[in-house]
Parts: sequence; C-alpha cells; structure tokens
Amino acid sequence: MILSIVRTGFLNLRRDRGALMLSFVVPIAFFSIFAGIFGSRGGGLNPVSVAVVDEDRSEVSQRLVKALEDESGLRAAAAPEAAKGAAPVPYDSRSAEAAVHAGDVSVAVVIPKGFGNSPTGFSGPGGARLRLLTDSSDPVAAQVVFGLIQKAAIQSMPDLLTSEEMRMLDRLSGGLTPGQRARIDSTVVRLREYVARRGTRPIAGTKSEIEPLSGGLISAEIRDVVGENKKNPLVAFYAAGIGVMFLLFSASAAGGAILDESESGTLDRILSSRVTMTNLLLGKWVYAALLGFTQLTVMFLWGAFAFQVELFKHLDGFLIMATATVLASSGLGLLLATSCKTRAQLGALTTLVVLVMSALGGSMVPRFIMPESLQKVGLVTFNAWAIDGFTKVFWREEPVSHLWPQVLVLVGAAALFFAIARRLARRWEVA
Amino acid sequence: MNPPLRIESLVKSYGSRSALSGVSLEVKEGEILGLLGPNGAGKTTLIRCVVGRVVPNSGSISIFGEGVGSPSTRARTGYIPQEIALYPRLTAGENLDVFGRYAGLGGEALAASAQSCLTWAGLAERAKEPVMKLSGGMKRRLNMAAGLLHKPRLILLDEPTTGVDPQSRQRIYAMVEQLRQDGVSVIYTTHYMEEAERLCDRVAIIDHGKIIALGTQAELVRQSFGTQCELWLHFDGEAAPTHAAWASARGGTRNGSSFRFTVTDPAAEIAEILESARAESVLIRDLSFRAPNLESVFLHLTGRALRE
Repeated sequence: MILSIVRTGFLNLRRDRGALMLSFVVPIAFFSIFAGIFGSRGGGLNPVSVAVVDEDRSEVSQRLVKALEDESGLRAAAAPEAAKGAAPVPYDSRSAEAAVHAGDVSVAVVIPKGFGNSPTGFSGPGGARLRLLTDSSDPVAAQVVFGLIQKAAIQSMPDLLTSEEMRMLDRLSGGLTPGQRARIDSTVVRLREYVARRGTRPIAGTKSEIEPLSGGLISAEIRDVVGENKKNPLVAFYAAGIGVMFLLFSASAAGGAILDESESGTLDRILSSRVTMTNLLLGKWVYAALLGFTQLTVMFLWGAFAFQVELFKHLDGFLIMATATVLASSGLGLLLATSCKTRAQLGALTTLVVLVMSALGGSMVPRFIMPESLQKVGLVTFNAWAIDGFTKVFWREEPVSHLWPQVLVLVGAAALFFAIARRLARRWEVA
Repeated sequence: MNPPLRIESLVKSYGSRSALSGVSLEVKEGEILGLLGPNGAGKTTLIRCVVGRVVPNSGSISIFGEGVGSPSTRARTGYIPQEIALYPRLTAGENLDVFGRYAGLGGEALAASAQSCLTWAGLAERAKEPVMKLSGGMKRRLNMAAGLLHKPRLILLDEPTTGVDPQSRQRIYAMVEQLRQDGVSVIYTTHYMEEAERLCDRVAIIDHGKIIALGTQAELVRQSFGTQCELWLHFDGEAAPTHAAWASARGGTRNGSSFRFTVTDPAAEIAEILESARAESVLIRDLSFRAPNLESVFLHLTGRALRE
C-alpha cells in the first residue's frame, strides 16, 4: 500500500515538469552559482583592486609600492590602464579618490610626503600616516588592504622597522649600552641583506632568528570617501537589489494574467472584440510597469522613512532608473508568460529565471565580491545593470547623465523582451 | 441585401484530424439557427471561424457582406463563448464595464448598455457582487450579457446552458426569446435536442464536421421519416443482447437496452410486433410510442444517439 503511494508520488512528479525543474534544476543552478562565488574555484578570493599614490617618492615608499604591487591578494597599480598607445598617467590623490568613487578600484592607498622618514607609528601621532580611501559598500576590502599593507611593510622593510623600534626602545629605556647598540646595528644590516637576497617575496619554509616581526606597525588613516556623508550608506544598495528581484516576481505574475484569460476563454472574447493582441500586450506591459514603479517607489519611500535613504536628494536619478528598470522587468514578465502554457509552468520558470538572475546579477550577493568571470556573466542579467544604475545614483552620487549605459541597456532589453513576447503570443491569435 | 451570415464550403483541419469538412449554411435576418450536434462534431470550431479566432483552410465566411475580422464586422457580431469568460474577482458591473470598453463603448452609452444588459440577464440587483460569488446560472447569464453590450446584430451563442440547472436554463431560454423579439440573428449551438426544438427557427445538424441536415424541425422530421412514427420497446438490460437478432429481423435498431422501430401504420404494425414478441418469448419491460423529433432525426441520420 505504502509502495503504491510512493509510486503514485513519483509518477505525478515525472509528469509535472515544473516540479521536476524546481526539485533538481534550481538547486543545482544555485549550488553552482554560490559555489562559483564562495567556493574559491580557480584561486581563492578576488584580489582587491587598489590605486597606489606615492607622494613621498622616497626609497622607503618605493619599496612599499613594489611590495604592494607584488602582493597576490591585491591588484595594486600606480596608474590606471591607459588607452592604446597612450602613456599611463600615475594616480594622484584626487584621481585615486575619483577612481574609488566611480567604483573603478575598491581602495586607494596614498603614501604621503615624509612617510619615508618615519614609516611606523612609533614616532607618535605627528608622523606621516598612510591614507586609505575606501568605499564602505565593500567593507571587507579596506580591512584586507590594511592587513596586507602591514604584511608588505614587514616583508619589504624589516630593517627600517627594526631601526625605528630600537630608536624608540632606546628613548623609552633610558639608553642602550654600546654593546647592545652594536648588536642591533648588525641585526639591521643583516635584515637589509635578507630583504635584498629574497626580494620582497616571502620565502617558503624560511626560519631565521631575524624573521621579520609580526603585528601592525604601519599606521594608516582610513577614510570612507564614498559613504562618508551618508546617514545609512548600504541601505540604498540593498533596496535596489531586493527591489529589482521582487519586481521580476510581480511582473511575471502580472504577465501571467494572459494565461488565466486563455484558460478561462476570456482571451477569445477579448480578441473577438476590438482589442488586438498588440493592444492587449501593450496594456499588460504598461500595467505591470506601473505596478512595478509603484512597488519601487513604496520601497524607497519606506527606505527614506525608516532607513534614511536619500530619495528626495536623488529624485531625478531614481525616477530615471526606476522607469528603465520597470520597463525591462515588465517586458521580461510578459516574455516569461507568453513562453508558458499554464500558470504552473510559469511559476516554475519564474522561480528558476528570477532566482538565477538575481543571484548572478547581484540582488542577493554584491557582484564585487564575486570572481571576475562571474561578474562578467552577471552582466547578461538586467539586475546587474539596474543595480549598477541605482548604485550610481544613491551610492556614488553621480550625475544623471552618467546613467546612460544602464538606461540604454535596460530600455533596449525591454524592447527586445516585448518583441519576443509579441512573437510568442501569435499562437493565441488564431488557430 | 446581404444576409447576417453566409458560410460556403468551409474546411478546417488540425493536422490529420478534420474538424470541418465543407460546411455551408446561411443565417437569415432575425432568425435563430440551431447548430445541433454531439460533442466534438465541429460546432465550436465553426463558431470560432466566424469570430475570426480560427482560420479555415478553405471556404469563405461573410458577415453582412463583409469578411471576418473587419472593425465593422466586429461591431456587428457578438460572441458568447462556452466558458465563463469573465474576470472572477471583478463585480458583475465591473465586468460589463470592462467588456463594454473592449467593444469600443464609453461614457453614458456604456453605462446605459450595461444597465440594460444587467436587467436583461436578471442581475440588476447583483451588479456589485464579485462574479466568483454568483451562482453558476447567474454567471452564465452574465457571460451572455457581456457579449451583447455593443448591441450586435449577429449573435453567436456557444452552448450557453452547459452545466446549468433546469431553473436557470428556463431563464436563459427566456433571454434568447427576448433576442428573437428584438429581431437579431442568432446561431445557437447545443447538444440538447429540446433546446433546439424550443428555441430555433431552423436547425442545422452537424456531425463529424459536416452539416448532415438543415431545415425547420418539421422539415427535418418529414425528410427523415415522412409520416412514420416511432415505437420504442424497452427490455431489462441483461435480456437486450439476446433479443437483438429478433429486433433486427423486424427492422428495429438497438439503443442501449431499448429497440426503436419505425412504423407507418401504427395500429397494424404495433400489434404485429407485439404478437411476434409473445410468440418468441421476448420479454418486454415497457413500450412507448411517439412522433419522431430532432433526436430521432439525428439517430436516423447517424445511427447514433445525440449524447453518445
């Protein structure tokens, strides 16, 4: 008896393609995406992109720059990529800050004038401190860069660090004996030789009495250059991510009304009146877009009210991005609906498409923490373009004229989705 | 003057399955033409061809002299599908408003038409009820009303009484009678013989995609039976197969546990059949005698009962 019940269950599942897809395809798709993001496939975490500005130009600062450039956890560069044939222009503190602002790099490290004279924090608060310009939408990057600066400093200039430490010890202890001083000087010389011998790269398995010290020695001032003036910096980012994902669900549900109309015979009645299929689809597109626009507006209003999202400060950018986004999402909703035969099929397909697009496009996990290859794949989803646009508006506070790539892609996608949906809907027009 | 509807040699196939095989018929001004046939005979396909929802492989359709699908044709045609083609969450009044707008109405004309259709359907008191809360019969009536808002002159009613209780059915008959009084032309598809007999001026019997008879009820009966009548002998279910040979030898045709005989001289022939049954020990449970009707015509023409 129980066996019969089990068999019936499997028979039903086999005939229900939607349930089959949800049972097997969706979990596998999700597993693959998240394994790609977090599973360290092909070399671990993404290197953090860093702009390095050397205002000091001392021997010490150059050793640090070289060490940062050689650090595998960073993708440090002293100049942005130049156009073909043009000479690269090194970053200065202003262009580096602009690069962080625009999201071209995650962090900028500015080595100020005088850094070479007292590179450590031992010389007290008056010393020249590194400046880290960060974007708090990626809070991990600043901490990673700060830690790797310590590592680079220890490995690239242990001699200087030791000298500095000893000078401080000498001052605080009331003076070292000549013998102690001689031994320390000799150690510093050997440390310099050690660095010269192995370059700045760590030597695996090397153990020595002069192994560099560990611990944070280089002090730095960390400044969030993108979110520093925002009341609640990351909320706008999540409002965009979550908002776009749910727009897709509601657009698909709205588009699915045509399947109900087909099943109930209402579509026959409508199409035998003066309404054409193009009228009908346009009407449903506009309806879904208005519904989506209202949803986004309510969400951002709630964000403004409860989480200090600066909606009214960026109203023009919001209106532009919201309009482009809802046109695309409602177009996709129509496309999904017209490609299905039943509501159940639509439900399954929507779940698959929306969740995969949202995972790849950055609605669930910010794209900047994904491996570069996945970041590129994410660009085939319009979530990525919509979130990038909203980020430009609310996070990077770029002028609305900078939104044209996102608007162009979203409106283009909307037109393409509608055209395909119209083509698919021909099957309902006549038999 | 062009007739409301003229169909000539209409053919429609779905792959190798033929749905319509050369259908020709004409609906006259102010006439209710019944399209009578069993499920799958081609009634709905024919109606859907007329409203432009199905494209025939060949043949022609003209509505008041124009082709299918033109704006003026759509304005003069009212289609009432077999399904309850309404929005269940909207009220009765809202549904009529929506479909009136789809039909090109607006403003006061729409409001007046919606009110008149609600009254015609006996739903004026229920205008503010969501459709999902109406009874099956009410939904059917509202379904009809939604197709008539734009006051069409040719109405295509596709099995309007499907799944309706007898009381609601009577109400729908009265609504169709009202249409006759208004002088509109109607095609009324059904597989209920009594509906065709009661409501239709002429009847087209359709089977396997072909019109196998067309005329008034009297004409069809006369064509098939002349002055003959029907004698029905009913047996117990188990006995029927054993009596088949006996009945068949006397011109009877079996229909379940009953046998039908056509008789020209009832007094003489009935006595003869009963005497033969007694002589051969055929046990008759019941017998009935009646004038042939449309169902008899259908049985006569196809060898099958209408609802088989």
